Amino acid sequence: MASTTIERTASDTRTCSYAEAIREALAQAMESDERVFLLGEDIGVYGGAFGVTTGLLERFGAERVRDTPISELGIVGAAVGAALAGMRPVVEIQFSDFTAQAMDQIVNQAAKIHYMLGGAASVPMVLRAPGGSGTGAAAQHSQSLEAWFAHVPGLKVVLPATPADAKGLLLAAIDDPNPVIFLEHKLLYKSSGPVPTEPVRETLGAARVHRDGDDLTIVATSVMVERSLQAADELAADGIHATVVDPRTIKPLDAATILAAVRRTGRLLLVQEAPLTGGFVSEIAALVAGCDALYSLVAPIRRLCGLDVPIPYAPQLERAAVPQVPDIVKAARELVMES
Amino acid sequence: MTTKLCQEPELARRALATMWTIRRFEEAVDDLFARGLIYGTMHLSIGQEATATGVCLALADDDLITSTHRGHGHCIAKGADLERMMAELLAKETGYCRGRGGSMHIADVARGNLGANGIVAGGIPIAVGAGLAQRLQGTRRVVASFFGDGAANEGAFHEAVNLAAIWDLPVVFVCENNQYGMSMPTSRAFRIPRISQRAAAYGIPGVTVDGNDIQAVYDETVVAVERARAGEGPTFIEAITYRWKGHSKSDKNLYRTREEIEEWKSRDPIGRFEAAVEAAGTFNRSEIETIRSSARDAVRDAIARAHAAPDARPDELRDAVYA
Ligand SMILES: Cc1ncc(C[n+]2csc(CCOP(=O)(O)OP(=O)(O)O)c2C)c(N)n1
Repeated sequence: MASTTIERTASDTRTCSYAEAIREALAQAMESDERVFLLGEDIGVYGGAFGVTTGLLERFGAERVRDTPISELGIVGAAVGAALAGMRPVVEIQFSDFTAQAMDQIVNQAAKIHYMLGGAASVPMVLRAPGGSGTGAAAQHSQSLEAWFAHVPGLKVVLPATPADAKGLLLAAIDDPNPVIFLEHKLLYKSSGPVPTEPVRETLGAARVHRDGDDLTIVATSVMVERSLQAADELAADGIHATVVDPRTIKPLDAATILAAVRRTGRLLLVQEAPLTGGFVSEIAALVAGCDALYSLVAPIRRLCGLDVPIPYAPQLERAAVPQVPDIVKAARELVMES
Repeated sequence: MTTKLCQEPELARRALATMWTIRRFEEAVDDLFARGLIYGTMHLSIGQEATATGVCLALADDDLITSTHRGHGHCIAKGADLERMMAELLAKETGYCRGRGGSMHIADVARGNLGANGIVAGGIPIAVGAGLAQRLQGTRRVVASFFGDGAANEGAFHEAVNLAAIWDLPVVFVCENNQYGMSMPTSRAFRIPRISQRAAAYGIPGVTVDGNDIQAVYDETVVAVERARAGEGPTFIEAITYRWKGHSKSDKNLYRTREEIEEWKSRDPIGRFEAAVEAAGTFNRSEIETIRSSARDAVRDAIARAHAAPDARPDELRDAVYA
């Protein structure tokens, strides 16, 4: 699978926020395909808890922008059923933590149907949900649960890290004939960047190499991409040059791009917000350790992850529970200095 | 007939003091939040004080409750320490959860509050389990479970109420119907006019009361608690009320009108009870004034002491992590 570089011509882009980019993807998908509709809690007049769907009710009406009662299992199940019957539902779950309520429909139904029925049916639905810490919402509203979904055969899992990726990957997710779990990050909603104005689809399963450097490879997901890029700037000032790779979709995973970077740099730092134990980046470590790329390593693989602790409320504790820019700088420096 | 709260000096004082403490506490939280001194989010129950207070007045000290994201009122009505609550909101080591939980997770297990909950309907099955424990342990304790109208559309609600019903558990389900689940009005989330009608589907008594009338809330809770203690099983109480403030800090109130909010403010549960107390001749204006100002002073004091307490410490982040 090919990796995409971030170059784009300026003429067909505009600067907008991650939240606006997602909204634009939803609107363009709804304009071009009448099977696409939205359902979720408070996505209508309220515009969604994080304002992502603001204005869509006025544009597309209450039939296609459906406010639901607080019934996550019911609404995800309704999306599965609608998808089976020819629609393209996009569900918003207000916080990704509440996918727990809907797990049967996600895991036992949506993920299984296509294969279990011998390919006789498919479930083209997207489940969008914000994850992550950093807003003081505490343990039940701050988790990073991507590994849960990646562990279930039958789900594609997307973690957009930039406005452009949010738009392009969401359009691809809506087009996809199978269920896609699309995990946004609360702290990124207000971040901004260049976004193609046209509905340009990105590829699910293609990593993005954000930056090239010879000394180490940093593979990071979601909000950790931005933090790793900041760390890479600091490291560069010290003469340490990092390649920064964002897998963008952890399932399917663009192994080729990651392995190529590891072979070239000989050092690998994996950064995720989710807790260390059973986290997705461990899968990448196993991938590297299980093939010839292992022989390119000049230092042990390093994982920098959230601590194995429920996210606490107090801001100073919350910050200490997940990797911050100085932690990434320190880990990268140690990795380079020790070998 | 149950006791007339407005005629009994001790109960009238407790009712008024509790409602004013909740009001003043939440006004202070609102203000501290606006000034950037409280982190995270918060959900205020201003306007709903009579429900929390009326229910908890009918409970014994060792009865239990489960609460919600909008839980400050329940917590105070169950006798919580204001300083420890405020310390929690200010992320202090001395807070109820040592700064780990914040507004949505305050619990006071020693006083029977099994905890607020960030998950809508999350506390309802837990209340049923706590009720089951009372049965298995042979106690006479009762569990009151607070939840909102929105929670009644979660699967957890239905499963939990049915379990309590078939096992005749000592649980009182208290649905605080403030008429919105975030932006969703009950008129759009239900096909029935009264949520209490759902009780019939589980074979338990269901009643709807004016949640801004503390006497009505108290009366129905007394009946439900007696029934639960007698081993006759759960009751469903729907208390109709209204939240004056937005759902949380991010709410622009686009889903309701200013007139509607003003109209409900004119049905202030506290003002209404004060009028009843005065009319009954139990307290005069100045005695009521004293109750009000001591609530304000207690909150002020709690804030001052909480501010002075040490912050939660990052180097102790892993304390209490067992797996
Ligand atoms: C399972 C779950 N779904 C959604 C939410 C987000 N949320 C928090 S409070 C709330 C509204 C709850 O309404 P209601 O139960 O009526 O209580 P109220 O807020 O009115 O007190 C919503 C949607 C949540 N916390 N948990």
